[in-house]
Formats: sequence, C-alpha cells, structure tokens
Amino acid sequence: MENHKAQPLNRKYFTPGVWVLVALAVNGLIFLGFRFYGGIGSVTNLNQQYPWGLWIAVDVAAGVALAAGGFTTAALGHIMHREHYHDIIRPALLTAMLGYTFVAIGVCIDLGRYYFVWHPLFMWNGTSALFEVGMCVMIYMTVLYIEFLPIVTERFVGRVHLPGLFKVLNRPVDSLLRFLDRGLHKTMFVFIIAGVVLSTLHQSSLGTLMVIAGPKMHPLWQTPILPLLFLLSAVSVGFPMVIVESLAASRSFGLKPEMEVLGRLGRLVAPLLGIYLAFKLGDMFIRETFVYLNEFTIESVMWMLEVVLGVVVPLRILLSRKATRHRGWLFTAAFLVVVGVALNRINNFIVAYTPPYAQARYSPSIGEISITVGLIAILILLYRFVVINFPVISLPDGSRISPAKYAIRGAPS
Amino acid sequence: MKLSRRSLLQFGALLGVTIAGGGRSARGGPKNILSDDRMGVLVDTTVCVGYRNCEWACKKAHDMSTLPIETYENRDVLGQFRRPNLESLTVVNEFPSDKPIPIDVKVQCMHCDHPACVSACIVGAFSKTEKGAVIWDSDKCIGCRYCMVACPFQIPAFEYNKPIQPRILKCDFCVHRTANEEKPACVEICPVEALTYGRRHDLVKVARERIRKHPARYVDHIYGEHEVGGTSWLYLAGKDFKKIGFPRNLGNNPAPGVSESIQHGIFAYFMPPALLYALLGSIMWMRRKINHEESASDGKP
Repeated sequence: MENHKAQPLNRKYFTPGVWVLVALAVNGLIFLGFRFYGGIGSVTNLNQQYPWGLWIAVDVAAGVALAAGGFTTAALGHIMHREHYHDIIRPALLTAMLGYTFVAIGVCIDLGRYYFVWHPLFMWNGTSALFEVGMCVMIYMTVLYIEFLPIVTERFVGRVHLPGLFKVLNRPVDSLLRFLDRGLHKTMFVFIIAGVVLSTLHQSSLGTLMVIAGPKMHPLWQTPILPLLFLLSAVSVGFPMVIVESLAASRSFGLKPEMEVLGRLGRLVAPLLGIYLAFKLGDMFIRETFVYLNEFTIESVMWMLEVVLGVVVPLRILLSRKATRHRGWLFTAAFLVVVGVALNRINNFIVAYTPPYAQARYSPSIGEISITVGLIAILILLYRFVVINFPVISLPDGSRISPAKYAIRGAPS
Repeated sequence: MKLSRRSLLQFGALLGVTIAGGGRSARGGPKNILSDDRMGVLVDTTVCVGYRNCEWACKKAHDMSTLPIETYENRDVLGQFRRPNLESLTVVNEFPSDKPIPIDVKVQCMHCDHPACVSACIVGAFSKTEKGAVIWDSDKCIGCRYCMVACPFQIPAFEYNKPIQPRILKCDFCVHRTANEEKPACVEICPVEALTYGRRHDLVKVARERIRKHPARYVDHIYGEHEVGGTSWLYLAGKDFKKIGFPRNLGNNPAPGVSESIQHGIFAYFMPPALLYALLGSIMWMRRKINHEESASDGKP
C-alpha cells in the first residue's frame, strides 16, 4: 500500500469560490448584528406559538448529527483499530471540531440570554433532556479540541517562530508543545473513548428533546424511540459525511480522491442505514402511523422525501459494490444520506411541530436563513484555512517535500 | 483484512448497550413532593359572563400597562380568539353555546401538578411551589424557550424583541399576593364569583357537588382533575371542553412522564454510560492486540 502522510496543503487560500463564501459570511454577519441589536424577534419569524425554528433545527440539531463523522470514524479507526481508515480520521475530526464549535455558536445566537450560556454548568436539572444535551456537547467539544491538539503540536514542535518581541517566548512555547505532545500520546485513548460515549449520549438525547412536546408533535415523528432513531441516524450519517467532505475537498484542492478507503467506508454505511430504516419502519407499523401517509399534507410529503430520498435510494445505491467504486455514485449516495438526515432533523423540529393554538405555519425568515448560511460559509472557510496550514489531509509521501516530525525535533532551532 | 462480520458485531454490541440503556423504562414521572394543602382555583365557566375584570386586575397586580377598567366593558374583543401573551397573562374567550348565553372561558397557566416546564427547563428556572404555583426564576433563565416547546397548554410567552434580559411571561398565581394571605388578583375582583380560590382537594369536592346538584347545567367532567396528571386550576363547563378552546388529546399521564423515563433510563446512576465506556475500552484493547499479532505474523518489518 502507498504510504500516506497527513500534511499541510500547499495551496492558495483565495479562489473565486472562496470569495463567494466570504460574501455569504459577511451577509450573515450583518443580519447577526441586527439580531444582537434588536433581539431575536427582529430577524426571525419565531413567535409565541413556534419557539424553535431554523436555527435549532439546522444549526444545532442537523449540525450535531452531521458532525457524527468524528465519533464514528474514531470508533472505527481507533477503537476497532482498522488501520485502513486512519487517513480519514483527521479530516473527520476537524469537521466534528468545527461542526460542534458552530453548534455552540448557533446555540448562543438562538439563546435569549446568550451571556448566561454557562448557567447549566452550575444550575443542574437532571430531568431535562436539554440539560443533558448541553452538558455532553460542552464536554465533547472540549474532548474534540484535545483530540485535535496533537495535530497542532505536530505542526509546531521545533517550528515555533513568534514575531518581534514575542521571540523570547519561542522556547517556552516549544517546551509546552513538547510536554503536551508527550502527555497526550499516553492519555489520548481516554479522550477517544470518552468522545464516543459522550456522542452516543447526546446524539440520542437530542431525540429525547421533542418527546416532551407530546401531542404537539405530528404522530409521524412523535415516538418514545425518538432517541434511538436519532442515534441510529447519526451513526449512519457519520461516514457519508466524511465521504462527501473528502470528495468535495479532493475536487476543490485538485487531489486524487481516495476512492479505495471511501468505497470501503461506503459499503459500511449500507448495513447501518438498513438498521435505521428497519427501526423507523418498524416503529411506524407498531404505532400504525402509516395512515397519515394516505393524506396529502406537508407532513406526509416531507416524511416520504426524508425516507425515500434520504434512506431508501442511497441504501439501494450503496448495496451495489460497483456503485461504491464509482466516484459519482458514491458521492450521490453519501450526499443523499446527508440530506436525508438533515431533512429528518428539520422535520422533527419544525415540520412535525404543531402547537395547539397555531395561527400560521412557521417558515424561516430571510434573516434566519442568512445567518445559518453565513455560519456554514464561515465553517467551510475555516476548514479550508486549517487544512492548508495544518497536517490534516493525507497525501502520498513525497508528493510534497515535508520534513518529518522527528527529524525536525533534533535540529537546532 | 476485509470488513467483516466481526466489526459489525462489535458495532452491534455498541448499539445494543445504548439501546438497552435507552429502553430501560425506569421510574416514570417526578417524585410527588406536592403538599396536600396546595391551593387551586375552580373556574366555573357557566357563571362567567365575560366582564374581563380579571384581565385588568391581573395587569394591575403585575405592574403591566393597561387601559382604564371602563374600557374592558367593550365586548368586541371577546369575539376574537385570544391567547395569554406578553400584554396579558390571562384572557377571556367567548364560545357559542346551545343555551341563550354564550360560554366565556378564562385562560391562564394551569399550574400543573407535574409541570412539563419544570421538567424541561435546562437550568431549573421553573419550580412548583408547595402552595401550588408554578413560577419562573429570572436569575437562572438562559432564554432557550424549551419550556414553550414542552408546555402542553402553550402558555409561556417570550419577549422576542428584547436583546438583553428577555423574560418568560406567564401567570404566576399571584405568589406575591398569596404570600400575604391575599387571594389572587383575578379571583378577588371577579364580580360574579366565577372563580373560587381554595385547597385543591376541597375544590374538587366542591366541583363534584355542583355537578351532582345541577346535572343539566354541567358536563360530567372536571377539567384539570386528571388532565396531564392534574392541574391546580380546575374548570367546570356546560359543553365539551374540546369545543371551548381546551387542547385535544392531552391524556391523563403527566406531560413529562415518557421523557423523564428515558432520561432516567440512560442515566441510571451513570451505569449505562460507564458500561459503554468499559465495553469500548475492552474492544479497543482487544483489537490492538489482534492487530499486533496480525502484523507480527505477516512478517512485516
């Protein structure tokens, strides 16, 4: 097998596509300004009937689900020790880290009193599903940053060159990095397992969130096994997200896609997706909610879209060995799974929510959409910045002359 | 090595533990810490005639802006269906009836015995007092609005247009008045005595007695006696409650019930997470060993 090594990509940061993202980000930030100046009501369509909207459904719920690649690849690569998959762990970790960071930012934007976001750390309510989600997300985010630290130390050990007056700090910073590197090497397994446990906990608890809404939620989605469905769908969307992101990155940076690894990963998705579908349909038949599919409503259409387009079609594609070797088919299938799970979160948090005294159905405002799109644009921009400057994406050795970590260490700085 | 029944099995085991954790139906509902002497209000909608003095008194008691009481004689607003909101914590709605006079229904927080908002609140800003009131603590609230998602009666209202310190507003059962042995403002002002303030246990008896004495006047149902596990505010009416603005299909189980069972199942003394951690740790250790042996037998350098 070719010897791969993660390394910073030698690419220009700004391209026409990047400028489009910058424009979207700026647009989002302008609306964000209004939100903090005039309150949530000034930019959103939220009201006394619909307390949660696009930001909770997409920025938070879908964001957490789509960041599941972090813990699923960690489970596969580190816990199951599948060496084949090591190349994709770092990109997945980076996506998860940035993803959760943006979930946290999304939460803060949506909170009426964002400056009290730390309250749950000290004011506990064990019966609250949201409390559990909040605590787990906070701890998991810390774990993700710790898991990312070795990438930082690898990049900078022996290469700390602070400008001007800060020069005196070069040696202490370098020693600190070396100390971290040694310590982390020995203890990383603790964090890796913790990351997987924390993920299973809050991925499922996100589903528990809406259980308390009871009859306010459309029966197509309201079920006591919501936490299980959320966990299963998060587990099935982890690898597809890694595939989509890896194929998109290789196109954007003009790299050769790692079809070998990604195809294997794609074949792993089929059984996971199958289990999810089985539980989803089984629940439907036990609760006999299929009667609602007879009606032609927004709910029934959205349910069909979510399940057929987001689960059945990609499942069919991924069951074909030939399709998983084909870049286009693999991308299509993985992308559909991602869309399907995102749709599921939107359905659970927006479409299914029917308050008893609703006057008009909620639909997101331009401001809400702008802020969400802006956040996603910033996320992609940060991703690009990190992979250009840190060893995240693996390239075959020798494609770029990059001094090995340990060679540099001995060298006088 | 190819993928692999074994890794799937391991994934299965991983899922199994979580499922087992999630599916464990532990104790449902919160522990009942309710005082037997908790208070309540009995609303007799057959007595109410829609003077709306309660709306005025409520605003006065909570320092909210209001027009003079005379303006409340205007009965036009009764025609629109209104909900408690930021301007008024209680409203009266009018519904057509088979009898000559229409039915007027006062709406406010029901002060559940097992409140969904108390269970849901991420920081425990809601609490059920010993006297029966469900109250909100501004010092804790972070403005997440999960209480609004949880409330089966769609009561809490949020100040969306305040960038700093937006509040959750809802009827607080006049805790500042009842602490001084005063009646809630709405009860005190009601000119026709449609509202009765008293021990909830007594009110249920009073309500039963009224139904027994006037079977033609009332439907045989005390709304709030059992709904969502019981509420401090109780209603009597001459017409099916579903037709006079009460939410449908609420059931008699406490609103937080299922959600809390799931939470307690997953977090039963932190056992399921700890077990999962141990399981993953052992898989990691085993797999590492297998990997070492494999690479050794492959004779790799």
